[in-house]
Amino acid sequence: MSPDMSNSGNDNRARIMADVRRGLGRGELSGEVKARLQARLQGSKNNLIPARADRPHDEQVKLFIEMAEGVQASVARVGGAGDVPGAVADYLAQNNLTSDIVMAPDATLDAYPWAERPLLHLERRKAVGADRVSITAAEMAFAETGTLMLTSDTARPSTLNFLPDSHVVILRADQITGAYEEGWKHLRAQGGQGTQGSEDGFMPRTVNLVTGPSRTGDIEQTMQLGAHGPRRLHIIIVEK
Amino acid sequence: MQSQSHNFIGRARKGLADVDLQTALARFQTGFTVKRAEAAAKLPEFEALRDEAVEIKDHSLEHLDFYLDHFATKVEEGGGEVHWCVTPEDARQKVLQICQAAGARSATKSKSMIGEEIALNPFLEENNIAPIETDLGEYIVQLAEEYPSHIIAPAVHKTKDQVSDLFYKHHKDKGAGKRLDGVEELVTEARGMLREKFIAADVGITGANFLVAETGTTAIVTNEGNGDLTQILPRVHIVLATLEKVVPTLEDMTTILRVLARTATGQEFSTYTTLSTGPKRAGELDGPEAFHVILLDNGRSKLLGSEYREILRCIKCGACMNHCPVYGSIGGHAYGWVYPGPMGAVLTPNLVGLKEGRHLPNASTFCGRCEAVCPVRIPLPGLMRKLREEEFEAKLLPPRYRLSLGLWAWMARHPRLYHLAAGFGRRALNMLSRRQGRLTKVPFAVGWTVGRDMPAPEGGSFQAQWRRKGGRT
Repeated sequence: MSPDMSNSGNDNRARIMADVRRGLGRGELSGEVKARLQARLQGSKNNLIPARADRPHDEQVKLFIEMAEGVQASVARVGGAGDVPGAVADYLAQNNLTSDIVMAPDATLDAYPWAERPLLHLERRKAVGADRVSITAAEMAFAETGTLMLTSDTARPSTLNFLPDSHVVILRADQITGAYEEGWKHLRAQGGQGTQGSEDGFMPRTVNLVTGPSRTGDIEQTMQLGAHGPRRLHIIIVEK
Repeated sequence: MQSQSHNFIGRARKGLADVDLQTALARFQTGFTVKRAEAAAKLPEFEALRDEAVEIKDHSLEHLDFYLDHFATKVEEGGGEVHWCVTPEDARQKVLQICQAAGARSATKSKSMIGEEIALNPFLEENNIAPIETDLGEYIVQLAEEYPSHIIAPAVHKTKDQVSDLFYKHHKDKGAGKRLDGVEELVTEARGMLREKFIAADVGITGANFLVAETGTTAIVTNEGNGDLTQILPRVHIVLATLEKVVPTLEDMTTILRVLARTATGQEFSTYTTLSTGPKRAGELDGPEAFHVILLDNGRSKLLGSEYREILRCIKCGACMNHCPVYGSIGGHAYGWVYPGPMGAVLTPNLVGLKEGRHLPNASTFCGRCEAVCPVRIPLPGLMRKLREEEFEAKLLPPRYRLSLGLWAWMARHPRLYHLAAGFGRRALNMLSRRQGRLTKVPFAVGWTVGRDMPAPEGGSFQAQWRRKGGRT
């Protein structure tokens, strides 16, 4: 290791900047160009968005389900918050899964009357290696490809999305939108928890766009579910 | 990684004779290509999105200094660290320094071609830190003590039988009972073996498909979920990326994402697209305590100022190799370094030197499929042609080739002589074929006819036919 390691990072920054500018055949950008680029960064302008998901909301919900099922997620629709614990219990029974569940300590999940299903044994915490079933709440979903947006915060540990074999996601129908861009708009508008040391940081530490359960094609291109993440992804859509 | 590209011809010959490789490649050649075509056909805007992806990458490269600076500032504001590295050695040392500061004994890794480029695994091993590849394909090649033969399907050169043997050999002392036959059983066994390693690792190392300047976010795209377990379980997350991965905004990233999976595997969207911004926040229950981005140049800034800048648009989807008849015949290891196929044939000579990599741009029929499917429309055959010209100019070709090329060029500049010689050759070949319409042996080209017949010329030259028909088709 070189003795001046502590300084080399900054020296390298200047050097790489100089090398990049040499490659581009110019010096530092003018203030005017920088201002234009800064405006581009802040403008959050959409590029071309495919027309596929540009449709009325109930059609978006249908498309979302069709796309999610197309990538081997399972979907259940329930009428209201009161039906959610029952839908979870049904899913576990149908798939012969344990009712020992680890659930995010997320206040939005308190809207569902879990106490009505005393056989569901819920622990509110992050996931560990031995957990079999998890429940989390989605932040948003995109009809375009049947994709869920899951975000991390103090009540939403990301390990719940990856360690257990079976992942159940609760999604309100009004959280389903068309294109991914709606997700960025939503995060910006929400402003969020702020990154460490930054007032304007709106990005959560982790944003997971999840499209179906884990899979691999690395052995002879044969698609196999459950590579490292969940083998099963079940989405419960709550209408009201 | 030490390049073996100078030995391309010998390695290609070996690949052609490797029965297992040929079995694996036969399967490979139909899978990805068909799925890509289907995915592209399902999205009416696909071609327009490719055009926008090109614009975004060109714009980012043209203002690379601005966007890198913005990206790094945002990472630092968010509590992460950016380490600027000029050479692979800089990057290796920095990774080691971070691992040692964390007291790391093992590091999980999700697929990163930059990890291969800087030969990180052997270096970490030398320094008593166990690197653990977690992508199934990477895990297979690590067990086999090989390196990836494809940038998104690292073990595409292996048959299921070979994987069965490998797993049996390496897992039998670790509680696995018998040799497994089914893909499902093999995947389940690997999942079990790797699970405890994910949990035990002190450091997780991922690559990056994108660096988002707007937010200081790094993004990875996977199907297995290994990249996520790699970064949320250990205390430290290290991201390896080269300069050209930066894009301005989340929206720009999104446009490229729309063409990436469709082109790479034919999926509409990969299973997991994960955006990481800094270390875990106060009060969060999981996630890494430290977030480091290794930002590596290793020849990219020089490429910016060269005739080959367009190769920096590459988003590492692998489509060019999926569609390449040469790659499909010889496999990725023949290319001798990290990047195989058409994109490798352009990138390798630029990164390891033309003298070392000069064979690769010649390993193309110029059929043009790579350019036709490239999501960011890199003119790969054109760039390979430029490298061939450079090779000729730099006198890197053996005298025999130079002499024949020189002779041909001279003839081509003397049309009358050229026609005379071509007419003579045509008649001679026709006679040799004994009017059978094909030749089983051609003088001076025996190698070409070992595996196939050459059609005998018939009906006069193209130019003669053109004249006869008065220029009409």
